[in-house]
Amino acid sequence: MATESYEEAIAKLTNLLSDKADLEGIAAAKIKQITAELEATDSMPSDPVERIKSGFLHFKKQNFEQNPVLYGELAKTQKPKFMVFACSDSRVCPSHILNFQPGEAFMVRNIANMVPPYDKNKYSGAGAAIEYAVLHLKVENILVIGHSCCGGIKGLMNIPDDGTTASEFIEQWVQICSPAKAKIKTDHSELSFTEQCTNCEKEAVNVSLGNLLTYPFVKDAVGKKTLALKGAHYDFVNGTFKLWDLESKISLFLSE
Amino acid sequence: MAGTFRKCLMLCCTSKVSQKEDMATESYEEAIAKLTNLLSDKADLEGIAAAKIKQITAELEATDSMPSDPVERIKSGFLHFKKQNFEQNPVLYGELAKTQKPKFMVFACSDSRVCPSHILNFQPGEAFMVRNIANMVPPYDKNKYSGAGAAIEYAVLHLKVENILVIGHSCCGGIKGLMNIPDDGTTASEFIEQWVQICSPAKAKIKTDHSELSFTEQCTNCEKEAVNVSLGNLLTYPFVKDAVGKKTLALKGAHYDFVNGTFKLWDLESKISLFLSE
Repeated sequence: MATESYEEAIAKLTNLLSDKADLEGIAAAKIKQITAELEATDSMPSDPVERIKSGFLHFKKQNFEQNPVLYGELAKTQKPKFMVFACSDSRVCPSHILNFQPGEAFMVRNIANMVPPYDKNKYSGAGAAIEYAVLHLKVENILVIGHSCCGGIKGLMNIPDDGTTASEFIEQWVQICSPAKAKIKTDHSELSFTEQCTNCEKEAVNVSLGNLLTYPFVKDAVGKKTLALKGAHYDFVNGTFKLWDLESKISLFLSE
Repeated sequence: MAGTFRKCLMLCCTSKVSQKEDMATESYEEAIAKLTNLLSDKADLEGIAAAKIKQITAELEATDSMPSDPVERIKSGFLHFKKQNFEQNPVLYGELAKTQKPKFMVFACSDSRVCPSHILNFQPGEAFMVRNIANMVPPYDKNKYSGAGAAIEYAVLHLKVENILVIGHSCCGGIKGLMNIPDDGTTASEFIEQWVQICSPAKAKIKTDHSELSFTEQCTNCEKEAVNVSLGNLLTYPFVKDAVGKKTLALKGAHYDFVNGTFKLWDLESKISLFLSE
């Protein structure tokens, strides 16, 4: 079936170009681009062990051995200026979307890029990472990046009003950002479910930024202006990236 | 080639040094002088030296072009991605906009030097990633470890990944912290030492089996043994044990050594078979 669709698609394109010959140049360029892309994809091994091996070899030859100064320094220590919270989603790695190089960003990745509030019992993982980044690495910025089509946020928005959950962990985890859901349901009840999800992806980042301030060492560093908190949203459907901070909100919180 | 190289050095060395230049420039001139001195004895090494200087120069030029202001760094980083990657791969990003179908779930350390997108060249859509201190997988616990549980549940039951890979690495601060906890158990941190004690069984094994090794060597061994503890912890999740038993899911451990530039990969086939038959 897939091959029939391909021949049909080519036939339709050829048909279109027979009427609009001036579009041939553009069409040829785009076909060339697609061909190059598919060639590159095809060269990736499907066996997982081979995929891992070839991936590391590629890194070693094209990157590690080409940058002896960088890797010589990194072998001794890391001094990242950023701590980044990003979703575990395979499409949103900050090394790709922000071109972070080795040594630049200390990263935490979890479902829906959430920062839970201070809790030594329930959220020791997040606490450990933030403590290490702020007190030991002394990062200068914490960036929380939300993204489009986030399954975790959609899961949060889908939890029924009576609170019944179907998962063992997922819904419990994403309810860290319940305040964001409540805000969207209140302020944007007129929007479609999909639009509400998009808004919630961004509002959840704000909830996470607020949760960062429940860690005394974060609040302290922000107050001393040695640490800045930023929120962001990556939209991979439209290819856009929004960046913001909560300056005014932080000043308010710090004066409490 | 030799003549060009000598001329290049001459130009650098005869440039005036302002009084404001700091210690770093003095060390640089000293280093260049020592290299030149070495090459005056071993002229056959000049070609290699020139190539290496060229490589270092290119590297430093690239580094210098990265903005120091954080907002500018983020902006320029995204623009680079958008022009060099996103817009160059319309087929890929068209598909990814609809859905993700990663074959791998990867646990890697939060360390800025070990991102699997770099070290294994994973492309967007290939690997669902969890990154935390010392790449640890905690055991099943709805109260204490809901974050890890949520990610594993989503990857195995919803995305149906085929492999879970846990990658340890050299010079891991979290593992070092674990190894440094005194025998009486007193801790100085608010969270870190509590978190890394997930892999206390690894520390115990190393202290028992490798007490003769230096502390640094024990840490390296612990980095690898902790990966095994994490792989074992994965099996405490019924949906993981189930998928492994049905052979729809494979568990693998790895260790990335960025000092030596090596990558080890292994699985726990025999250990898993034993556990599943309990």
